[in-house]
Amino acid sequence: MVGIIGYGAYIPRNRIKVEEIAKVWGADAPSYKKGLMLQEKSVPTPDQDTITMSVEAARRAITRAGIDPAKVGAVYIGSESHPYAVKPSGTTLAEAIGAVPDCHCADFEFACKAGSEGMFVAMGLVKAGEIDYGIGIGADTSQGAPGDALEYSASAGAAAFIFGRENVIAECLYTHSYMTDTPDFWRREYQFYPRHASRFTGEPAYFKHTLGCARAIMAKANMKPQDFAFAVFHQPNGKFPMTAGKQLGFTKEQMNQGWLSPILGNTYSGASPMGLTAILDIAKPGDLILMVSYGSGAGSDGFIWRATDRIKEVQGLAVQTRPMLESDRRKYLDYGTYSKYRGKIRKLEG
Amino acid sequence: MSSPRYWREMPQRYRYEAAKCKKCGKVLFPPRLICPGCRARDFEKVHINQTGEIETYTVIRVAPAPFVDQAPYPVAIVNMGDGVRILCQLADIEPEEIKIGLPVRIEFRKIQKQGESGLLLYGYKCVPEF
Amino acid sequence: MRDVAVIGVGMNKWGELWDKSLRDLIAESALLALDDAGIDKVEAMYIGCMSSGLFTDQEHLASIGPDYAAMCPTPGIRVESACASGGLAFRSAFIHVASGLADIVMAVGVEKMTDVDGAGATFGLATAADQEYEVYNGITFPGLYSMMAIHHMHKYGTTRDQLAQVAVKNHKNGAKNPLAQFRMEVTIDQVKNAVMVADPLTILDCSPITDGSAAVILCSMDKAKEITKRRLVKVIGSGHASDTIQLAQRDDLSFLKSTKLAAQQALAMAGRKIKDVDFLEVHDCFTIAEIMVLEALGCIAPGKGGPSTADGLTALDGKLPVNASGGLKSKGHPVGATGVAQIVEITKQIRCDAEKDRKVKKADIGLAQNMGGSGASSVVHILEGI
Repeated sequence: MVGIIGYGAYIPRNRIKVEEIAKVWGADAPSYKKGLMLQEKSVPTPDQDTITMSVEAARRAITRAGIDPAKVGAVYIGSESHPYAVKPSGTTLAEAIGAVPDCHCADFEFACKAGSEGMFVAMGLVKAGEIDYGIGIGADTSQGAPGDALEYSASAGAAAFIFGRENVIAECLYTHSYMTDTPDFWRREYQFYPRHASRFTGEPAYFKHTLGCARAIMAKANMKPQDFAFAVFHQPNGKFPMTAGKQLGFTKEQMNQGWLSPILGNTYSGASPMGLTAILDIAKPGDLILMVSYGSGAGSDGFIWRATDRIKEVQGLAVQTRPMLESDRRKYLDYGTYSKYRGKIRKLEG
Repeated sequence: MSSPRYWREMPQRYRYEAAKCKKCGKVLFPPRLICPGCRARDFEKVHINQTGEIETYTVIRVAPAPFVDQAPYPVAIVNMGDGVRILCQLADIEPEEIKIGLPVRIEFRKIQKQGESGLLLYGYKCVPEF
Repeated sequence: MRDVAVIGVGMNKWGELWDKSLRDLIAESALLALDDAGIDKVEAMYIGCMSSGLFTDQEHLASIGPDYAAMCPTPGIRVESACASGGLAFRSAFIHVASGLADIVMAVGVEKMTDVDGAGATFGLATAADQEYEVYNGITFPGLYSMMAIHHMHKYGTTRDQLAQVAVKNHKNGAKNPLAQFRMEVTIDQVKNAVMVADPLTILDCSPITDGSAAVILCSMDKAKEITKRRLVKVIGSGHASDTIQLAQRDDLSFLKSTKLAAQQALAMAGRKIKDVDFLEVHDCFTIAEIMVLEALGCIAPGKGGPSTADGLTALDGKLPVNASGGLKSKGHPVGATGVAQIVEITKQIRCDAEKDRKVKKADIGLAQNMGGSGASSVVHILEGI
């Protein structure tokens, strides 16, 4: 049996509301809130980045897995906001958790599905018997250009998964990846903000790949939506995953627990992985879980998980995702402070 | 901050590695060659606790160059138990919430960045256990 | 060890001295001291300076000092102990003469801090703390002393007003000192309402950035009697102790153990008790420091420093005048010069050379306490007029 043996998530404390952003750019907040089903998003402080959030998420996963981190054989962080262009985020993470020096490491990029790619590869190495434990992480502190639609949703968070063959808490039954060259959203080297192709990001991009992957993996598994206790899709806003799930035949009840984006925003490479952590927090032994990520460029990674009996033993061992998301320690920022934290204010060079 | 100096302290800044004197049990963070308690020179590798209590604090308002954009920020001396105290920034807390005796725990954070092309320097801060 | 006396002192006006370079400052006070002693050379020159390298890109003061005082081939010795560099230069000169190796030795303290900007000065000063475990995390010197203040206030109930009173007193004294950098008086409210640097200390709780120098000439007692007709100022006690570099590793976060130990040594050498001391020059790098120093010296019990200051114990006309010169607060703090300037002040007071309106009434035995960093090193000297 191969699957998740430990998981953990991290959400920064700060938030900003849609109204606060809309006010500055003269946009109509209610239509953003209704149209995208977004209310607020998480904001990292200058001392939080993909690496720091990944380290904390990974530590929580290690606590749940109950393993000696020195035995981790691979560390893969997927992100669109790696702090270095050259020098993997994973090296700092591996050093911080004590997995060095006998450890594979590389950073992954595939827009919002870099995290699920890291998960897929880490798990594959475990399945092949190359390593005993592998870590796959999706984490981002992505940027949305000021005044652009994406500014309302681009947020920060991390989800970490440890894969192994023993003490599995969620077995991986099937995987499938569905990928094409689709130029819906991109960022050129040395550019600070990404660009996107507006309405083209919907049907030919997000929906084509998400639905294509979901249908293919369910066919592979010979399963129907009704077989699943939970489903989580990539959540760039509140609306897309709900629309996708409905089109596939899933109910709101199946999708609610993993549906974090209305008050989290889009954590990009963390999006569906973080949704998965929220699901794992409450899943019962035997529950089937469908996870389909989406990354622009474009592609979707699908996973079908089955919770094991052991899951109940680890859920409470570290902080859970929804309590972090809905915490009353949330601090709401004004647009000026948000801009300062996100480095959007041009300062004196040198 | 040079690469060698930053790299050398990683076990302490990233993993909180300390040295425990085999003779008198004193825990040294960071580790040293000779125990200031009993002058013995034999140690075992341990880790400091990751939770502690605030013993004193301040809020830095006039900051040194690498921290100017972060001001104001709180700094505290935190008692981690086992005779170890550390000095670190506090995060995720308002100045008026800081009290002597407040329980806190270590969190991995970015401490400094060296301009736009230099190293990113990571380490520990403490967050409240509310 | 032979008896040693101070036979000459010199100090320039302190401030932002744009026209004077580091070497000008060394030479200026050295010459003032030589003139005051009535001699034209010494057998060795100790130069106390914290950071000529970081502030002016210049090291090797061991050559520059004698060179620019026209004293080559006299040996120069650079002494460094952060803010205690001056006091340590004086102690080193004292040991040199007391040991019999030479008869006449100079100690000059100097710092040139304004050739770098504020950020550069802060960076240089921060090297007195633990670079890897204190400065790395964003602490500043006001921050370290603020933490000591908060601890002291929590433990003993010391108040914000009591801290401010230290600044009020020292500025009142410094206003009468023509060599002081800041000669304006301040009120408690002005201190409390000034720009906050690190809670609870404001800019007026903190000593400034200053250029300046001071020099003292030490001589064996026998020879001193031949050279000078003035009241002899004998060095009766000298003490020096170290403590951990990290504030977090001290025994008590608001007690200056190195000062206590250095003072005990000095008093033991002098065969005196602290109550025998008439007046003091102490290291008020921050207002809280003066309070903690008085407690560490044993002038008052721990925790009583605040109330005693508020009650006027340490005022110019109080029972135990402290910092009649204006202290670091008002006189300024060119780091390496401070410890030597304290000796200059004590000597002047003992010799009755100080300005009439800031004269200490009874000035027979004076104590100088000079401290490095957050209390990681302390040097204490006791001088007596004979």
